[in-house]
Amino acid sequence: MTRLLALLLGRLPIGWMQLSHNRTRMAAALAGVAFANILVFVQLGILGALNGSTIAPYALFRADIMLSSSDANTLTDGSNIARVRGFEALGVPGVARSTPLYIGNIEWQRDDGSTATLQAFGIDPARASVITPPIDESIPALQLEDTVLIDNATRGLEPGDLAGIDGGTAYRFEANGRTLSAIGTLSMGGGFSADGTLMTSDQTFFRLFGSRSASAANHILIDAEEGVDTSVVVERLRNALPDTVRVMTLEDAAQADLLYQTTERPTGIIFGFGVVIGILVGIVIVYQILSTDVADHLREYATFKAMGYGQPFFLGIVFEEAIILAILGFLPGIGISALIYVGLSGATGLPVELDLATSSAVFFGTLLACAISGAIATRRLANADPADLF
Amino acid sequence: MVEAAPIQVTGLNHWFGSGDTRKQAIWDVGLQIERGSLTILMGASGSGKTTLLTLIGCLREVQDGSVRLLGHELNGTTEAVSVALRRRIGFIFQAHNLHNSLNATENVLMGLQVNGTGNAGQQRKAARHSLSLFGLGDRLDYLPANLSGGQKQRVAVARALAPNPEVVFADEPTAALDKDSGRIVVETLKALGKQRGTTTVMVTHDNRVLELADRIITLEDGRIVDDKTPV
Ligand SMILES: Nc1ncnc2c1ncn2[C@@H]1O[C@H](COP(=O)(O)OP(=O)(O)OP(=O)(O)O)[C@@H](O)[C@H]1O
Ligand SMILES: [Mg+2]
Repeated sequence: MTRLLALLLGRLPIGWMQLSHNRTRMAAALAGVAFANILVFVQLGILGALNGSTIAPYALFRADIMLSSSDANTLTDGSNIARVRGFEALGVPGVARSTPLYIGNIEWQRDDGSTATLQAFGIDPARASVITPPIDESIPALQLEDTVLIDNATRGLEPGDLAGIDGGTAYRFEANGRTLSAIGTLSMGGGFSADGTLMTSDQTFFRLFGSRSASAANHILIDAEEGVDTSVVVERLRNALPDTVRVMTLEDAAQADLLYQTTERPTGIIFGFGVVIGILVGIVIVYQILSTDVADHLREYATFKAMGYGQPFFLGIVFEEAIILAILGFLPGIGISALIYVGLSGATGLPVELDLATSSAVFFGTLLACAISGAIATRRLANADPADLF
Repeated sequence: MVEAAPIQVTGLNHWFGSGDTRKQAIWDVGLQIERGSLTILMGASGSGKTTLLTLIGCLREVQDGSVRLLGHELNGTTEAVSVALRRRIGFIFQAHNLHNSLNATENVLMGLQVNGTGNAGQQRKAARHSLSLFGLGDRLDYLPANLSGGQKQRVAVARALAPNPEVVFADEPTAALDKDSGRIVVETLKALGKQRGTTTVMVTHDNRVLELADRIITLEDGRIVDDKTPV
């Protein structure tokens, strides 16, 4: 290691030699860096899962535009929108179809007596075209009363039952006082607000939710005509419909939801804050280590300064230490985080995943944090007379 | 043209502290030291020997008066000039000041590396050679923790001398050494003066080496009180 670094640096790797000379301190330093990394990774993982589960439902649909009530920040909050807005939209040039979407949460009475919350999406089964493949193929079958498609990641759904559904045996279960038959599956993944997802026909939806009426939908999906610019249609719809209706492309609606979840909802803010805390903890730990190391070697550095070494040399030593700490601390950090991710997604069914972009961002963040701490730690050397440092 | 003396000091004053605790440590010191000479600085503890040595050795900022070292005025000099000058001088400190994480050879290498002359292999060879000159040929890979006090001091001497400095400043280099090693160090400095024109200014209380000096300067309370050339 020393030889390799000497070759790389073209000088004795003082930083590495200093660090490895004091093994206990180095171990503590690496544990500190790894700990800060784990903090950041876990927060990012949960934040990522939150983001993932926020936009996942949007991916079930294949429409161009979504009409919602102007106070609806997410798929499920805010007021309903009158179905008649969809009919009005049909009068706007460029609009091909409008499809009301009904959303509600039902209580699933599990066999063991426990309950789970399932988010149900109700849609006219004749409109399979607004559902993304391959789920769209199963939509016409929902014509049959009390049939549903169920998310295969639903918490509490046994692998055996799932295999049965895929094998053609309907899975029957009780929810909201009715017996439903799951005749197919969809794949979306659990979220923070529900344990699973159901897709039903609008008629089955109304039977499940006695108080809901067809005239008040949660959202209305709009298909633009082939070859027409979606943004033009959005503009026309905004002009044609009252201000109480929010008109957005489906993509924009998903992004707006994401922004709302991360910047205005406590969960998003807390985990975002957690990331910042993790970074600060990392900087403080590394700064502590590096500045103690500088203080402990002040006499040696003064001697080097007396020999004619300048500030860049000392910065080099501390950066060398910072980079070594960043790399050697990151490896156990990401390793342990990966294990925590597996545990978290296993326990919650949330899409907590380690991806390359996040990992490299955390790695370079660690490098940067270490380098900044190093630069601060060497400041005291810059203007000191060598004779005053002894 | 007559070669200028490597060290020329005129009207040098120095103070420590500020306000009520401000205290003058060097009083109107002037001296000129010839190339290749061995000068010994003597004086009681607290008389200002280390202060004077660090001032003329470019390790302490000059506050008042003039110090010319190797043709450069140190009063008001820039960091860049200081760094360049420090590479041309060798400093042997009162304490050995070795780096604990580096072995003997590596400590000496630090003195060679800063000048950047020769490749890594040549520098390593020069470091080993310098150490063996001071009887440390069998201690090349020892960490300071495994060396005796005298051995550490000899490593520090080798570190200062290996890069062939033009001027050597030594602050009680023989204090931690036995009689023989102390003598070897001073004789080496004396010989370097003869062979290469290396100029040495050395603080010492060691009467055993006085006979080797070309000149003996005595300080008292920050003033030069005696300046003689032994016969
Ligand atoms: N960094 C400092 N701050 C304040 N006063 C100092 C400092 N360094 C030295 N002094 C004072 O300056 C005077 C000269 O000190 P100096 O160290 O130069 O003496 P010295 O001759 O080297 O003594 P010794 O033989 O004990 O090494 C002393 O009175 C000392 O207390
Ligand atoms: Mg002294």
